[in-house]
Amino acid sequence: MVQEMLRLSTAGSVDDGKSTLIGRLLFDSKTLFDDQLAAVEEVSKRRGEDYTNLALLTDGLRAEREQGITIDVAYRYFATPRRKFIIADTPGHVQYTRNMVTGASTSDLALILVDARNGVLEQSRRHAFLASLLGIPHLVVCVNKMDLVDWSQERFEEIREEFSQFAAKLDVHDMAFIPISALHGDNIVHRSASMPWYEGSSLLHHLEQVHIASDRNLIDARFPVQYVIRDYGTDFRGYAGTVTGGVLQPGDEVMVLPSGFTTSIKAIWGPGGTPVQEAFPPQAVTVELTDHIDISRGDMICRPGNRPSAGHDIDALVCWLSEGGALKPGGTYTIRHTTRATTAEIQALDYRLDVNTLHRDESAEALALNEIGRVQLRTRQPLLFDPYRRNRFTGGFILVDDTTNNTVAAGMITGPALRDGGAVWQPTRVGREDRAAKGGTVWLTGLSGAGKSTIAVEVERRLIAEGHAAYLLDGDNLRHGLNSDLSFSAADRTENVRRVGEVAKLFADAGIVAVVSMISPYREDRERARAAHEAAGLPFVEVFVDTPIEVCEARDPKGLYARARAGEITGFTGVDDPYEAPESPDLVLNPTQEDTEALAERVVDLLTRQR
Amino acid sequence: MTTAYELTHLRVLEAESVHIIREVAATFERPVLLFSGGKDSVVMLHLAAKAFWPAPPPFPILHVDTGHNFDEVIAYRDATVERLGVQLLVASVQDDIDAGRAVEETGPRASRNRLQTGTLLRAIKEGGFDAVFGGARRDEEKARAKERVFSFRDEFGQWDPRGQRPELWNLYNGKHRKGEHIRVFPLSNWTELDIWSYIRDENIELPPLYYAHRREVVARDGMLLANTRFLTLLDGEQPYEATVRFRTIGDATCTGCVESSAATADDVVAEVSATRLTERGATRADDRISEAGMEDRKREGYF
Repeated sequence: MVQEMLRLSTAGSVDDGKSTLIGRLLFDSKTLFDDQLAAVEEVSKRRGEDYTNLALLTDGLRAEREQGITIDVAYRYFATPRRKFIIADTPGHVQYTRNMVTGASTSDLALILVDARNGVLEQSRRHAFLASLLGIPHLVVCVNKMDLVDWSQERFEEIREEFSQFAAKLDVHDMAFIPISALHGDNIVHRSASMPWYEGSSLLHHLEQVHIASDRNLIDARFPVQYVIRDYGTDFRGYAGTVTGGVLQPGDEVMVLPSGFTTSIKAIWGPGGTPVQEAFPPQAVTVELTDHIDISRGDMICRPGNRPSAGHDIDALVCWLSEGGALKPGGTYTIRHTTRATTAEIQALDYRLDVNTLHRDESAEALALNEIGRVQLRTRQPLLFDPYRRNRFTGGFILVDDTTNNTVAAGMITGPALRDGGAVWQPTRVGREDRAAKGGTVWLTGLSGAGKSTIAVEVERRLIAEGHAAYLLDGDNLRHGLNSDLSFSAADRTENVRRVGEVAKLFADAGIVAVVSMISPYREDRERARAAHEAAGLPFVEVFVDTPIEVCEARDPKGLYARARAGEITGFTGVDDPYEAPESPDLVLNPTQEDTEALAERVVDLLTRQR
Repeated sequence: MTTAYELTHLRVLEAESVHIIREVAATFERPVLLFSGGKDSVVMLHLAAKAFWPAPPPFPILHVDTGHNFDEVIAYRDATVERLGVQLLVASVQDDIDAGRAVEETGPRASRNRLQTGTLLRAIKEGGFDAVFGGARRDEEKARAKERVFSFRDEFGQWDPRGQRPELWNLYNGKHRKGEHIRVFPLSNWTELDIWSYIRDENIELPPLYYAHRREVVARDGMLLANTRFLTLLDGEQPYEATVRFRTIGDATCTGCVESSAATADDVVAEVSATRLTERGATRADDRISEAGMEDRKREGYF
């Protein structure tokens, strides 16, 4: 069996029992050494503390021990036969947000502590938010100090309920709750005898079992060239780097960006010259290509049909890490992204995010230390990137101040900036009320094979029959013309949806009912289309065609599921790419329970009512 | 699904270290790798050799020589340099003492450990090195647990633990002005057990001191010190012969050994898995100076 590595981060203050919990994990997994324990016992005694202060183990700097606080990220290591663990132990107060962000950037799992007596405090909510912002796939909420609430199941359930409600607003995919007592060791390594009502795993068991292998992006092949290795004796020329997405194999056809040349992989070598048949994240390898083309550090090797976005204008969430000056529009920095470094200017600060309430303050003019906000960036050289939630390593960047050389910001790319390019809006003399009819957009979303198009065709037919102006915008049809240059990568899908949203908006503005039928898998993309309509004062109706995937796959009208399962198509929604169902659609249709006529009628009814 | 695309944690660590080493070669003008012949620097050099295959590492290695060496280590060092075809630089503490730049401690407990810092900083300055690879690991000591992989040093070679640059994802910030440098620790996330497991798996040769052998030792301050020509016996100290091995190797006057019968890497892995003492706690007099011993020395520019 392979002994995997799991990186986890914790955040919290001494009061939460975080240090005690870590000390307990180290102690019970027999990682704590006798001399470490003896040293801690001695110092505890010298300071007149009547218990062994396990926090002394983790507080490594003199200032931390003297002030009894945790300032920085400390890394701890322990292992079980199943896994090796790296704990990034970070302080929990709001003034250490930057340390939490640093510790969370590479974590597979975030461990959040809640004091059973106090319930879900602002601090726990902030930790959960930061974990979701940094894209940590797994969250474990330890409800600690259960001994002080009489091991009450009721109290535990209350906290679980409250936390879950908050977390529903976040981008968290996997969350577990464990009632523990770090002080007494309950549910840390062994199941607690004091809480027989709890049927889940102990914390350590959970950490050993949680499935992390599929957290990596194994779909989008991304290989940023880090270093060119040349050996003059043997005329060897290889491109060294770390695979940050997808799987590369000898023989694969690849494209090199930004040049756009295509070639194929001749060989892949592991460190020291071990031949590699399949290279995947996070392997560090050296790639030999069939053709000699000009490639240097900062270039990206990918597949011709699945490319990252390339551009100068980027939207991103940034956390400001500097005690010095604040982030302000107009500021220029060195941006480090994948293996590329170039100059970036902050074009605009869209809003500042309150990490406690998630409120967006659009009037903010700057970001101070520990503040998080959304910015528009322009870079001197183009970046080759994916949205951060698609790939942490092609979506994350840092900003470096050129005067102090300090790292001043951590950034997470949300996507290409959707810019007006400075064009001036030309007003017309025809108002919406002057047009013959009032338009709007009805947007059908759902899995491939859900029956969207069938319903959409019927909706269009009915509207026309009733004398309305209507026009069907079918996602597949548009890929033959307007969107024929787009692939099925996450970035291109976003662009696909954006274009259709814009076209629908134009139809709606012209007084036509645009009937959109497209998978549009990502919630954020659909929300953007809705926002564009709302900003223009046009109706937008989101209809979720909720056919279960088993049914879609059984139907498989275009044979696409079969091909995706066979691995012929990658990035297929529902198979190896996510479908994010609408959270509050205007209408849900279930084709397994009603026929097309009835479903279409419900759509037309809703449109009529909305007018 | 037939392939799970799994990697053992040792391969993950190896990949991370190789990434760091390549990053330095790509972004610095004059890197240098500190090599003492100790197992961590041996593993680091092994990784550097693998990172640039089939080419040799594009930087020299530097040995800070206290003059108090175990002969076996020097022999090992020279053989390794020969085998890998790397350039060896030696910075000698004795030179600094002879030139009056350093003053040797006196008395039977005298050590050149602290003097190494001055010699190291002089060598960095004279060589114009802007990146200096060190084999320190975060599990060794609590001040090291907080140090970055890319650790900034000012023009005096000093470390400011409270002013460290945030380090995110696998993006490292090595920017510095002329005269300043970056210490780089590619083994930050390795533990002692990881190092030994890797030595075993990769079949890496080490100085023979790391394996059980018969040697004359003296017991001092709860440690066993090798009775070498550099050691001055204290009153009442009686050298005796024992079967020992070293868990760390540094200056011969302050590196202790442990009684052990572990004669192969396999044996050592088994021994390290079961041990109840940290390697520095068991064998390093230099860390016993004070609770903040390592932090203070690191601030001054120590390894």
